[in-house]
Amino acid sequence: MSDQYEIAGRSFTSRLIVGTGKYRDFEQTREAVEESGAEMVTVAVRRVNITDRDKENLLDTLDPARYTILPNTAGCYTAEDAVRTAKLAREAGVGNLVKLEVIGDEKTLMPDVPATLDAAAELVRDGFDVLPYVTDDPVACLRLQDMGCAAVMPLAAPIGSGLGIRNPYNIRIILEQSTVPVIVDAGVGTASDAARVMELGCAAVLMNTAIAGAEDPIRMARAMRLAIQAGRDAYCAGRIGMKLYATASSPITGLID
Amino acid sequence: MKVTINGEETELSNGITVTALVESLGLTSKRVAVEINRDVLSRERWNETTVQDSDQIEIVQFVGGG
Repeated sequence: MSDQYEIAGRSFTSRLIVGTGKYRDFEQTREAVEESGAEMVTVAVRRVNITDRDKENLLDTLDPARYTILPNTAGCYTAEDAVRTAKLAREAGVGNLVKLEVIGDEKTLMPDVPATLDAAAELVRDGFDVLPYVTDDPVACLRLQDMGCAAVMPLAAPIGSGLGIRNPYNIRIILEQSTVPVIVDAGVGTASDAARVMELGCAAVLMNTAIAGAEDPIRMARAMRLAIQAGRDAYCAGRIGMKLYATASSPITGLID
Repeated sequence: MKVTINGEETELSNGITVTALVESLGLTSKRVAVEINRDVLSRERWNETTVQDSDQIEIVQFVGGG
C-alpha cells in the first residue's frame, strides 16, 4: 500500500522528519534516526571550530545519499541573517531545501512572522525550496503558500515545550485552505501528540526534542514512528463520528426471553 | 596579513586563495561553506578569490539541530 507525499518534487514515505540536535553523540543520533524511519533530517549551520577541526562531521554519520538533508536557519533573529544562513547551507552542497526559522523572541522562540514572510519571499525568488516554521496562524500560512513556499510548517506548541497541539482548530483551518503539504513543526511531546497530528490530516510531523530529550531516545524514536503510522492509518480509514449516547455493538434482535 | 576567521584573528600569508586556505585547514573534503565580508562564495569562486588583509571570513558546516 503506497501512501507517499511530495515536497518540492521529492517523494517521501515516512511522515516523520527528525531533528539531529541534543543527542549524546553521533552514534546515538544515528541510531535514533535509523529507528525513527525518517527519510529527511534537519541540521543546523554553525562555524567550523578551526582550532579543533579533527572532530567527526555530522554528515559522516548521516549520509546525504540516504537522507534528505534539511538545513535550518535556527538562531536567526532577522530576515537578513536567515537568508545569509540559507545561502551558506546551499553552498555547503546539500541542495535547495531550507527550513526557514526567523525567531522573534528568545523566551518563547515564537517566529517573527513579518520577518519570516520577508525572508521567505527572498529565498523563493533565489530558487530555494522553502519550508517555513511559522505560528499556527492561518493567514500567515496562506501568505507563505501564495508566495511559493514548498510547504507550511505551523508549530503545535513552543519549540521543545512538549505541550502537544495547543490549537487543533487552527491546524484544521490551515489544512482546509492549504494546497501545499502541512507539516506540524515543534511542540510535540509524546507519541499520542504525533498520532493526533496525523489524525488531523497533516502531511508530516517534524520533531527533535521529543525524541532526543526522552530518557530512552531510541525507544521514543520507535514510538514516534509507530504513532505516526497509526495516526495516518486512522486518518485514511475515516474515523466514526462522536455521539453523546451509546450505539450497541451486538444485535438488538434475537435476544433470549 | 591579518584576517578574522570565525571570529578569531589569524595571520595568513599574502596572496593566499580561498582554495589554499580551506586546504590548509584540512577542510577540502568536508561539506563546508565560505563567506568573505558577508559575501557567500560558491565553490567555483574559491580558486579565483584571493584573501585580502582584514577580511572577515566565516567557514561553516552542518551540526546537529532541529
